[in-house]
Amino acid sequence: MGSGRLYAAVTAGGFRRYATYRAATAAGVFTNTVFGLILVYVYLALWDERPHLGGYDQAQAVTYVWLGQAFLSTLALGGGGVEGELMERIRSGDIAVDLYRPADLQAWWLAADMGRALFQLLGRGVVPFAFGALVFPVALPGDVLTWVAFLVAVVLAMVVSFGIRFLVALSAFWLMDGTGAAQAAWFLGYFCSGMLLPLNAFPGALGEVVRALPWSSMLQAPADVLLGEAGALPTYAFQAGWAVVLLAAGRLVQTAATRRVVVQGG
Amino acid sequence: MTGVDTAFIEVDRVEKVFEVRRKTGLLKRERRQVRAVDALSFTVARGEMVGYIGPNGAGKSTTIKMLTGILTPSGGRLRVAGIDPSRERTRLAHRIGVVFGQRTTLWWDLPLIDSYRLMHRMYRIPDARYRENLDRCVELLELDGLLDVPVRQLSLGQRMRGDIAAALLHDPEVLYLDEPTIGLDVVSKARVRGFLRELNAERGTTVLLTTHDLQDIEQLCSRVMVIDHGRLMYDGPLAGLHEAGESERTLVVDLERELPPIEVPAPARVVRVQGPRQWVAFPASQSAAPLVARIAAVCPLVDLSVREPDIEAVIAKMYAEKATA
Ligand SMILES: Nc1ncnc2c1ncn2[C@@H]1O[C@H](COP(=O)(O)OP(=O)(O)OP(=O)(O)O)[C@@H](O)[C@H]1O
Ligand SMILES: [Mg+2]
Repeated sequence: MGSGRLYAAVTAGGFRRYATYRAATAAGVFTNTVFGLILVYVYLALWDERPHLGGYDQAQAVTYVWLGQAFLSTLALGGGGVEGELMERIRSGDIAVDLYRPADLQAWWLAADMGRALFQLLGRGVVPFAFGALVFPVALPGDVLTWVAFLVAVVLAMVVSFGIRFLVALSAFWLMDGTGAAQAAWFLGYFCSGMLLPLNAFPGALGEVVRALPWSSMLQAPADVLLGEAGALPTYAFQAGWAVVLLAAGRLVQTAATRRVVVQGG
Repeated sequence: MTGVDTAFIEVDRVEKVFEVRRKTGLLKRERRQVRAVDALSFTVARGEMVGYIGPNGAGKSTTIKMLTGILTPSGGRLRVAGIDPSRERTRLAHRIGVVFGQRTTLWWDLPLIDSYRLMHRMYRIPDARYRENLDRCVELLELDGLLDVPVRQLSLGQRMRGDIAAALLHDPEVLYLDEPTIGLDVVSKARVRGFLRELNAERGTTVLLTTHDLQDIEQLCSRVMVIDHGRLMYDGPLAGLHEAGESERTLVVDLERELPPIEVPAPARVVRVQGPRQWVAFPASQSAAPLVARIAAVCPLVDLSVREPDIEAVIAKMYAEKATA
């Protein structure tokens, strides 16, 4: 209640912080659109060769591409989330400031990242998606209920995404320079979330594995809800399960980090 | 007075040892221990304003971090307002204010006021209290007109004042300041000092202040603690520090022309001659007046000034003496 208002304020602040960088947002929209275009033509060619790859028809595949572009910055799949800032604060010792406050580190950064993600979704996601939907044949649901179900899955995807990135960021307490860990995580996330190819299209055992990993909560899960390929409730259960596991792991690591690890710098 | 009031901050044989790993060869790593704070003991009573000084790497920031609870001591006992900081960091957080001069609590990209609104929620400050404290800080720290400016656009001095205000909105009982005047110009320093003096006098806030600026201490603190290599070297009034350190002031005299070193009565002595300018060192505890009169009587004097002893030099000298003793 009392802390609810605090974290709501942090979310609002996170949103507004990113909103101040208009030029970066415009550049991001442009990049996402261009990327989307390239990927759409690749997909169209691929689906011409292999119709119904991963159970998608061509319109669904195109929709998937534009969803991916809309989520790229929202879910910080290529970096750009709060983890970079958090790692830098750990490295420089500015984390000290976060630690002597009567606020929970994880909740604080989750709130800040949700604000960021919401801004990125509206500021950077909607335009490329709308562009794609207008220019290409897409498969969008007609009923409001599916859209609502989709948005819930998006919010859960944001939480899972944060859960992973928070863990990566905390590694900086031990590694000092977390850049390598972050880059590995981005690479893994990009691949395992299905940004390159829908996870449904991954063959055999590899497919089974990636679809069970937390990254599949991020793009694949909401996409399948929107495209009518998966039921909302099982999807939520899968996402929420990973969210709980990741946040709990983050909490454990946070406790260990703040207990035995040293705050840097004078 | 109750026990908590006389020993509001209680540091009893506290130690902090850092493990440092260093690469010594291709694969070899050497483990080394740095004793940042070593058997440190002191108490601070409620309402005191104490200066905490020492050379670089002495252990000041480490002490403050332990007092806020963000570092756990390796040994000894620590209490602030009866609370063990590292155990109950969050509970203590409501009662302390912290300013690290080199860091900021403010939200970099957003207007100053947004950070204050956040403090309002974070510390659950009652609305009326929040408004009153904010108005007061805005007035005394001259933050008028800065509230809507994004923090990244503030100058260093403005940001520091902004940070001090942020640390005080929740009426902390004790305020830790780690180099709050670092990098500030004379005007900003004066403003910050004036504010702290008033805070201590009117609200009775206990203040522990680290600095490399002797004037901060002179103008604010009746008591000073000197630390070096993690050990407390001195604890008492500032005047006593000069005696303890046998520090010297310097009289810089400009003569009409080049002359041999002036003959001055011991323990004063000429330490340097450069053209018509001469430097005369004399004990800090002694008045400069008789010396000036004496020099004026025997030499053609054009100008003179007195240089106060440099705190770092005083401490360095103190430490050197203890080490050889
Ligand atoms: N995270 C750390 N890891 C290893 N050693 C550290 C760490 N933090 C501080 N030290 C060491 O502890 C000692 C005390 O450092 P501290 O920052 O407390 O000094 P200080 O008195 O604040 O100095 P300054 O005036 O330069 O700010 C130094 O020798 C420093 O190298
Ligand atoms: Mg320091």
